[in-house]
Amino acid sequence: MTVTGTRMLRKEDPELLSGEARYVDDLPITGALWLGIVRSPCAHARIGTIDTSAAEAMPGVKAVYTGAQLVELGMGALPCAWAVTEDMVAPEHLPVAVSEAAFAGDAVAVVVAESRYQARDACGAVEVDYETLTAVVDLEAAATDAVLTHTDLTSNTSYVWELIPDPDAVERAFSEATHHIRERYIQQRLIPSAMEPRGVVVVPQPQGGEITIWSATQIPHILKLMVAATTGTPEHKVRVIAPSVGGGFGCKLNVYAEEILAVILAKHHGVPVRWTEERTEAALSTIQGRGQVQDIELAADADGKVTAVRAKLLADMGAYLQLVTPGIPLLGAFLYHGVYDIPAYSFTCQGLFTNLPPTDAYRGAGRPEASYAIERAMDALAREVGVTPEEIRRRNYIPSDAFPYDSPAGLVFDSGNYEPTLDRALELAGLDDLRGEQQRLRDEGSTTHLGIGLCTYVEMCGLAPSRVLASLNYGAGGWESATVRMLPTGSVQVVTGTSPHGQGHETTWSQIVADQLGIDPDAIEVLHSDTAIAALGMDSYGSRSLAVGGTAVHMATDLVLEKARAIAAHQLEASADDLEFEEGSFRVRGSPDKSVAIGDVAMAAFTAHDLPDGMEPNLSAQVTYDPPNFVFPFGTHVAVVEIDEETGDIRLRDYVAVDDCGNQINPMIVDGQLHGGILQGVAQALWEGAAYDEDGNLNNASLADYLVPSAMEAPTFTLDSTVTPSPTNPLGVKGIGEAGTIGSAAAVMNAVIDALGPLGITDIDMPASPNKVWAAIQEARS
Amino acid sequence: MDVSVTVNGAAATDDVEPRLLLVHYLRDVRGLTGTNVGCDTSSCGACTVLVNGESVKSCTMLAVQADGQEITTIEGLANGTELHPMQQAFHENHALQCGYCTPGMVMAAVSLLEEHDDLDEAGVREGLEGNLCRCTGYHNIVKAVMAAAGAKGGPA
Repeated sequence: MTVTGTRMLRKEDPELLSGEARYVDDLPITGALWLGIVRSPCAHARIGTIDTSAAEAMPGVKAVYTGAQLVELGMGALPCAWAVTEDMVAPEHLPVAVSEAAFAGDAVAVVVAESRYQARDACGAVEVDYETLTAVVDLEAAATDAVLTHTDLTSNTSYVWELIPDPDAVERAFSEATHHIRERYIQQRLIPSAMEPRGVVVVPQPQGGEITIWSATQIPHILKLMVAATTGTPEHKVRVIAPSVGGGFGCKLNVYAEEILAVILAKHHGVPVRWTEERTEAALSTIQGRGQVQDIELAADADGKVTAVRAKLLADMGAYLQLVTPGIPLLGAFLYHGVYDIPAYSFTCQGLFTNLPPTDAYRGAGRPEASYAIERAMDALAREVGVTPEEIRRRNYIPSDAFPYDSPAGLVFDSGNYEPTLDRALELAGLDDLRGEQQRLRDEGSTTHLGIGLCTYVEMCGLAPSRVLASLNYGAGGWESATVRMLPTGSVQVVTGTSPHGQGHETTWSQIVADQLGIDPDAIEVLHSDTAIAALGMDSYGSRSLAVGGTAVHMATDLVLEKARAIAAHQLEASADDLEFEEGSFRVRGSPDKSVAIGDVAMAAFTAHDLPDGMEPNLSAQVTYDPPNFVFPFGTHVAVVEIDEETGDIRLRDYVAVDDCGNQINPMIVDGQLHGGILQGVAQALWEGAAYDEDGNLNNASLADYLVPSAMEAPTFTLDSTVTPSPTNPLGVKGIGEAGTIGSAAAVMNAVIDALGPLGITDIDMPASPNKVWAAIQEARS
Repeated sequence: MDVSVTVNGAAATDDVEPRLLLVHYLRDVRGLTGTNVGCDTSSCGACTVLVNGESVKSCTMLAVQADGQEITTIEGLANGTELHPMQQAFHENHALQCGYCTPGMVMAAVSLLEEHDDLDEAGVREGLEGNLCRCTGYHNIVKAVMAAAGAKGGPA
């Protein structure tokens, strides 16, 4: 029986459902000291005298360190792995600031104590003199350099990055255009809010020199390398384990100050050191998502056929460059033409520092921003041309016979077929009925405004071909590794370099291997997220795990099967070419009684008593797969909103998504990824946004104030899919982790604008909160 | 101060700091780490347990306030390796991904069903408002709770 393509229930669930799973803070570590972080309350300040004496005298406190003292212990700068231009400016980013705090939440001292409560108490007793400096909060203000974010910088600009393959063609298109759309969109900062806060435990072995790091991270392998590079610990002495990890969404794709501090202090004290983030700390010091001002222009002919797109971004880096901060806007840089065949292309991004926490990867990372800009601009064009949103899209889609498609930004879209997802989504949403209802409400003068919004998105994921990463100056490759070994008793271990934190790799990888080897998925164990067990890996982010890691698993399994076939042929005294493999057994074609089960072949490979000459014992294979291209999922989302004119309240009444992620190994998991991903994009559109005042203070640093949606606000989702297999990998798969987020914010905001269009409202900044919507309606009415 | 509680059917007495939160008592003193901490404002519900059968966010309560009470945590819900019907419903409906909110969500759902026998979808959503999940979009959680309730009309 084939399990690939079925909604197989997850193997991960029982231990998560029973409380048996261990997250970092759950680990019982004898004798561990607790780290506490003293954080700057000022967004920008010179650090004066730090008085640690009161804190040091408190019960259980082992030590208090200032930044300067930690430098003496060998504390070096945190790494940024992505120098996007040769002249990119990066302020030195010490885990604990020494002379200047550059955002509210920047660490200025640390406490080491016997318990978490004692560490917390002592943090409150560390007295720091701050000389407040003017903070830079606004991106356009940052661009003027009137005030500098760091006193030792000469400009707030980190870099300017351009992608303009043919500048003359762009100018020509705009000069000849009938319609010229100019829009400005604000991508507010988002607080990722994985339900498990960050956490780390470092256990040193002072005599041997080894250190073991348990971290709530998406990237145990990259963290291992970076700990070695940052702390001088020999890489072969570093073991990183990501135990159960409670969600990441990009915010755990990083190397954080606390991880490095725990390493330094565990080595210094010679005992384990641990730290668990509090939720307020997460809001203040974990990376944030988005943070862009987007200017987008479209040139179009009289029929609304788009001839050029020009996007200019101001991208908020925050106060420092974290691991991949500067590269995030570039992950969207190639997608500002969206799903449309637009010949002339211009993209410019100016990365700017502000006195706010660093930005970095957050679900979609650059691509939701791109799809938002182009999809909202297409609606603006539809209004200008006087056609429906679906019609403007149909006129501009890259035609289905154009794939593989050489994109104007220089990518090759391996596959695509966009219009069927639009057709199906509109059918499921019942577009004609909705438009009828909308008209009726308008005719009646109802105070309820119905809006229908579309978004057809494409993304590039499956990060990433190593050579492409090289061309973008990224500091590493994009391959993935897998080892598949059949044990003597016929069960299988799959070792993957991906690092799941909710995505269900143990289940999905088992499904792939079970079908290839003809065995029960329960006879397969997937090992991951421990660098001593899965030595090679590039971890999980960028919707890469299945397309790259799953492909590596598939290829390694093929090698195991090939070796098993050779051994079986030897045992059955037949030619390997004459063997059929079915339901887990090799049979000699035409002699059905001559057969051997693959489990028995595994035992023979283990005993090695009678193997073909020159063959190595054991059934095991390792593959490192470097993808030849990205993969390009796509789909059409439809949001239906009702807006109450009297309160400004928006109710998301219905949500339809028709996505194409190629072949689906487990449609249940695909749907689950979409549900969560869509709601995160909806949340950007309607509820979430880090609210900073002009001095750089965060006004919603808790989950009581930052509006992560609950079940009350979430809609019921209607999902369907089309299947356009990716020709890039043998599984024909793409990615689905970020697709929902990439499609949803634009669909919702297009619905909001559709609802309010008759009032003359053409833009509302996200999040479209009731007070903003109400104010916009009042202004339009007056 | 001494606190005497019954946790998952077993009596325990411990000397604790008066300010110790119940969730930290359960996790750090009793070693029951299935109950998670997701915030510091009693907003997320990851720490939900049952106190005398009713759901309580265990970060809103001091350990000493639980003196003399019966507490059930996620570890006490299953019958050996046989999952509780609510746990089973979460499994069968893919109502969890990273699993971090799951123990609290399951406990809140168990309590919700105890309190109401005529839940519709809106009632489930309202009843779980105090428990946040970042992975599932709630669609399958609502479906699981409806299934456990034996109700019809949940998300497709």
